[in-house]
Amino acid sequence: MTRFFAHANYDFIRLRHYAYAVTGVLVIPGLLFLLAVGLNYSIEFTGGTLVQVQSKAPVDVGALRGRLDKQGIHGAEIQNYGGVNEFVIRARVVKPGTDANDTQATSAEVTRALDAVLGAGTYNILRVEAVGPKVGGELRQKAFLAIVLSFFAVLAYLAYRFEWRFGLAAVIATAHDILATIAFISVMRLEVSLTVVAAVLSMVGYSLNDTIIIFDRVRENLRKHKKEGFADILNRSINETLPRSVLTHGTTLCTLLALTIFGGEVIRPFALVMFFGVFTGTFSSIYIAAPVLMAIERRWPGPAARGHLAAPAAKPAAGGRKTAEVG
Amino acid sequence: MSIRTRLLVIAGLIALSVYFLVPRTITVRERDPQSGVMLDRTEKRVPLKLGLDLQGGMHLALELDQSKQVSADPKRDLDLALTVLRKRIDEFGVTEPLIQKVGDSRIVVELAGITEPARAKAIVQRSAFLEFRITDKTGALEKALPAMDRALRSLGIKGDTGTAGKPSAVEQLLGGDTAKKAATPDSAKADTAGATGGAILGSLIQSSGGASGSNMPGEFIVPETAFPRVDSLINLPTVARQLPRGVTLRWASAPTSVGVQSVRFLYALEDKPIITGSSLEDASAQLDPLTNGPVVTFQLDRAGGRKFGDETGKHVGDYMAILLDGRVQGRPPVIQSRISRNGQITLGNKTLQEAQDLALTLKAGALPIPLKIVEERQVGASLGSDSIRDGLTAGLVGTLLVILIMVGYYRVSGVLAVVGLALYILFTVGGLSMVEATLTLPGLAGIVLSIGIAVDANVLIFERIREELQHGKTVRLSVDEGFKHAMNAIIDSNVSTVLTALFLFQFGTGPVKGFAVTLIMGIIASMITAVFVTRTFFNIWLDRRPAMSTLSI
Repeated sequence: MTRFFAHANYDFIRLRHYAYAVTGVLVIPGLLFLLAVGLNYSIEFTGGTLVQVQSKAPVDVGALRGRLDKQGIHGAEIQNYGGVNEFVIRARVVKPGTDANDTQATSAEVTRALDAVLGAGTYNILRVEAVGPKVGGELRQKAFLAIVLSFFAVLAYLAYRFEWRFGLAAVIATAHDILATIAFISVMRLEVSLTVVAAVLSMVGYSLNDTIIIFDRVRENLRKHKKEGFADILNRSINETLPRSVLTHGTTLCTLLALTIFGGEVIRPFALVMFFGVFTGTFSSIYIAAPVLMAIERRWPGPAARGHLAAPAAKPAAGGRKTAEVG
Repeated sequence: MSIRTRLLVIAGLIALSVYFLVPRTITVRERDPQSGVMLDRTEKRVPLKLGLDLQGGMHLALELDQSKQVSADPKRDLDLALTVLRKRIDEFGVTEPLIQKVGDSRIVVELAGITEPARAKAIVQRSAFLEFRITDKTGALEKALPAMDRALRSLGIKGDTGTAGKPSAVEQLLGGDTAKKAATPDSAKADTAGATGGAILGSLIQSSGGASGSNMPGEFIVPETAFPRVDSLINLPTVARQLPRGVTLRWASAPTSVGVQSVRFLYALEDKPIITGSSLEDASAQLDPLTNGPVVTFQLDRAGGRKFGDETGKHVGDYMAILLDGRVQGRPPVIQSRISRNGQITLGNKTLQEAQDLALTLKAGALPIPLKIVEERQVGASLGSDSIRDGLTAGLVGTLLVILIMVGYYRVSGVLAVVGLALYILFTVGGLSMVEATLTLPGLAGIVLSIGIAVDANVLIFERIREELQHGKTVRLSVDEGFKHAMNAIIDSNVSTVLTALFLFQFGTGPVKGFAVTLIMGIIASMITAVFVTRTFFNIWLDRRPAMSTLSI
């Protein structure tokens, strides 16, 4: 039988400081980018009008934009989307608080411009979305609330199933994932649509799943190996679950790859975000959740970890630093 | 549980899933596009509902539009609007429409598979407020015009072509309307065409008597080019105030050609309608045998008919304007004699279909307050079928890759897991059909993604079995222990995923809700297959080869 990492015995915990550096180097510039440039919200969130068009002949984008400009729709984005001669026109609501029916008027204006530039009957409207700014604002609020609330629900569940220390560590790891993913979305200039929010929430579920599998093993090993230090328990648990992680992430990445390549334009951002989520989720389970759990247990030792903390960690480097932190 | 019972349960689950996926006959009610008659048609199809993004269709979110008319009781008006919309869409003939109230202030309408979105939008949005009013005989507007012009001049509006009356000056006065006016290409022309001498409105509004030889009191002519400007001027509060009480001005619904000129009729009407559309009992569209133009004939209910009869009896010889949503339809006819329950509305240059739509909205009743569209999503059917094709391709490729990995890595046990995976897909889709969930594009992606994640439970169990084997336990014991120990991790991780999915469901709109539902259904199905189905397979396998000393895993 082939078994990847069957006898893996990597000292993950010792390397955690390098891992912090890696995540710092990647995530902090990402977050700075986010602060500087912001997110590219879809019209579902900003309000506005989107028209997806398929034309029979190539389209003169400049002429179309000029025409729209002349009709009072300024700064419309025209973007190739999907197949050849398929494109979307996005006109965002410029003035917040304008009447929602303006998005309706906008879609009529877009049709007029298309008639003028392409000629009536030479194109097909595949999709129209017109969202009033009020609806968009509500949606943003709801999305934010959903992410925050799901956070607390999971914390509560983990507190119930494990104990609050584990729950807190898992949620901190998840927070890291969300930040990293949002930075990723910002840097990649992915459009934040409802589907992408759904991807972020699924990523949260997936990453938590991964953390829980390791924590479950930690809980078991704490009972089984009474003599071992906490860092060793963590290392042992991560190594023991490593084959599972490799397999599951492998199959998940396979389906995500298939979705990215074949799933079509609407699904691609979703697949990309999840793709990134698999990596950050794996990383955070090992390098955020586990060390944070260790830090929490040192500060507020729980009954499960008692006895493991007294014994110094096998690796003096890790143990030494930790003691310094506690002091 | 014995293997026999286990197999029975699995067979039962398969049968149930298959039952919910067998195509069944469904009766579809549709309007025949030619005759406009409602027809029932039966078709066979899989009972799994497809979302608008997959089958094409239109989603509208509507709110009361209180910009022109403030609702005294928004809650009641919204409920009223909901009933009216139900009736209208029922008449329009869409398969399985969804019309529901969302929250306190919104109505969501979902029309699957419609091919004429513009028509549907018009039907949903039209207020369809019908009223009948007598034209003013007192010459109120003629008398008020000089005073109106004076009011305008005191506001600083001049009628001179050259100097004043530039769009900018006028539009500044129009306040909030500026943006809309700027977008109207006619407004600039109106200013030049309609401004001569000192009289402003006086020169733009002329009694129709001279121009068209009509002797209808209260009918006026405005050049079509000046229509937007005059409309905004007469609505200025100081100008409108010059008109005596009991008289209101209303425009014709469309321009009319008089000679070479295109003009718009303006009517001075009595304020109080003699009757409104609420007394309407029936309406239908017909072609007028004389003009061959479309007309809508209507019938009033008993009480309405009596009132209408009395009023028209009093007004024989007068002209009666028929207003729809505040615009006068056709030229007001003279009342020849007492009219009781039947009447007709002439529509001019409209198509028969437009007449049918009008009849439909009239019959369903007027909206208490106009509705505005706050959100619209429209997906063409072709895009929807493309999405389905893409999703299926991705699913197929993803599944094949997963099968390769599982069988390549876990050998015979992997084959068992793949059989479990096949059942997983069947259970998920069957379950979705059972709870009548709607399959959306993100939902489809969710199923594809969950195929990758669903094997996680199997992987957890298999890895655990391998560990137990490594510890030197027997095959049988390893399998038992493997399943037992993996249980905790499986349950915990799945519950937390369900929790996030529930929040997603709570906040999401259509497509995302679909995603959440498939996620939850997928987790349930994956628990069943990994924990129960695969376990059964293992039990059978081990029972057949009790002496097996190595496990193909």
